[in-house]
Amino acid sequence: MIAGRTLSAEKTLQTEHLTAYYGSVCALKDVSMRFEAGAITALIGPSGCGKSTLLRCLNRMHEIIPGTRVEGEVRLDGKNLYDPAINATEMRQRIGMVFQRPNPFPTMSIVDNVLAGVRLTNKLRDRTQLQELAEQSLRKAALWDEVKDQLHRSGTSLSGGQQQRLCIARALAVEPEVLLMDEPASSLDPISTTKIEDLMRELKGDYTFVIVTHNMQQAARVSDYTGFLLAEESTPGHLIEFGTSSKIFTTPKDKRTEDYITGRFG
Amino acid sequence: MATESIEIASLPRTTTTAVRLRGAQLADRLVVGFFGLAAWLVLLVVAALFVTLAIAAWPAIKTVGWPALHSALWDPNNGKFGVLSFVFGTLVTSGIALLLAGPVGIGAALVLAEVAPKRLAGPVAMLIELLAAVPSVVFGIWGLFVLAPVMRGAIEPALARTLGFLPLFQGYFFGVGILTAGVLLAIMILPTIAAITRDIFEAVPAHQREGMLALGATKWEVLARAVIPYARSGIIGALVLALGRALGEAIAVAMVIGNKPAISASLFSPGYSLASVVANEFTEATGQQYLAVLVGIGSLLFVLSMLVNVAARLLVWSVGRSQSAARA
Repeated sequence: MIAGRTLSAEKTLQTEHLTAYYGSVCALKDVSMRFEAGAITALIGPSGCGKSTLLRCLNRMHEIIPGTRVEGEVRLDGKNLYDPAINATEMRQRIGMVFQRPNPFPTMSIVDNVLAGVRLTNKLRDRTQLQELAEQSLRKAALWDEVKDQLHRSGTSLSGGQQQRLCIARALAVEPEVLLMDEPASSLDPISTTKIEDLMRELKGDYTFVIVTHNMQQAARVSDYTGFLLAEESTPGHLIEFGTSSKIFTTPKDKRTEDYITGRFG
Repeated sequence: MATESIEIASLPRTTTTAVRLRGAQLADRLVVGFFGLAAWLVLLVVAALFVTLAIAAWPAIKTVGWPALHSALWDPNNGKFGVLSFVFGTLVTSGIALLLAGPVGIGAALVLAEVAPKRLAGPVAMLIELLAAVPSVVFGIWGLFVLAPVMRGAIEPALARTLGFLPLFQGYFFGVGILTAGVLLAIMILPTIAAITRDIFEAVPAHQREGMLALGATKWEVLARAVIPYARSGIIGALVLALGRALGEAIAVAMVIGNKPAISASLFSPGYSLASVVANEFTEATGQQYLAVLVGIGSLLFVLSMLVNVAARLLVWSVGRSQSAARA
């Protein structure tokens, strides 16, 4: 369906002067950055630096928490996602999300989990098409071989690593352009982590990835670009430095970036 | 962590640590013993209740016997003890109550947990929980003086006009009867259902909602496809608890059901229930047999409630199984 598609440059996601609040507390201040289409961009920084908040602003998941507020713009296709004319639910089908903790729907089978998002759209498909889409999505998430004989078992019967890949398959089945990943491997073992990193590398080009991670090795291994965020005394989380990952992790320009990636704090 | 445990392991077992360990083990055993005793005590009370009831009801079972279960003729003065009309009254009034209160209670809980602003939902939820604590005799008085006249004057005529082609809604409007008892029971179990299901909805983890939302679901789709399925077995549990209260309610039902041991197709007609016949006639029961039959009716109610509970557990269990065996 979308195999072999390459994302054109206008599919680049970008933020302009993005500022986010929880009540009166500002968690993220004035972030302007680009998430290259078809590339993997990592967001790193110590706890409380606003990297997860930034990620959640990119598909308007920040605003579902009562009392929160966002200023500035997030642009995709040149359109501001925060424009009142934009339908947030349609937009979220273009910008998918994978969460820190695997969250398959326990009352659904594996295949129903994969198709949960597709079934929300009114694009009526026949059974074979749905089955094909499920298989395709599970293959992309590198889970097909492990679950093909138990597609009708509960999604929660899988191991943690498999559950997370199931959630990735679920996000991919909606055929998004961007996939936001909020520390997708932080609760997983090293082998599962490797599988997820491998599939990200496999799928980039077709999808734009934004990954929040605590794990700097992971950011260095998997990402093309890296943004370093930091909350300092009296300044809420903001973007300190952004560049290609090879630059950030070898010759950072900012002293604070260097201190962080060499493990001097955070 | 690792080094610490090695140190502890390689530490020579001095007498003081040994004594301390023995003390801790003793404390562990005491705690386990105490709570184990409490758990067994509950079972013991249930068993004792059952045995006492069975012994007291034995003369009735021996003399009246099983035929009483399929006879509706209740004439204690002439030794006729058919209990079928009571079973009918209990099941039908409880069924009506569950049918009415179930959807309303779940709907109210959904609104309180998911839609209403927190500032409003908190106080309203507290009021609902307060309603659950109102004594049943108060509900009974209200039912007799407020609900019954309204049923007779407005609701029963309206039902007869619109659904009168069904035998259920034909006949005289008494005000007191099966339908009124069912409606009153519905009002009584509504707070139980609403309060518990609200807690269940609130306990649905945020990651389930966010997972559905992030796939492009609307608020209602999140409720219908993530929140309600997740809460399903808990909701069934709340309904069972409410049904238990409805089955066992004696006083309020006795005040509005009409107290007539008869089975009628019309919901307007008066009836009787297991619990209310025991409450009404226990003090007036003359003779050993009459008393024993009433205790037997109590046992029957006990068994009936247990059967309903078992059926509900099976339902929860089969729902759980069909979940894991769900087809595409």
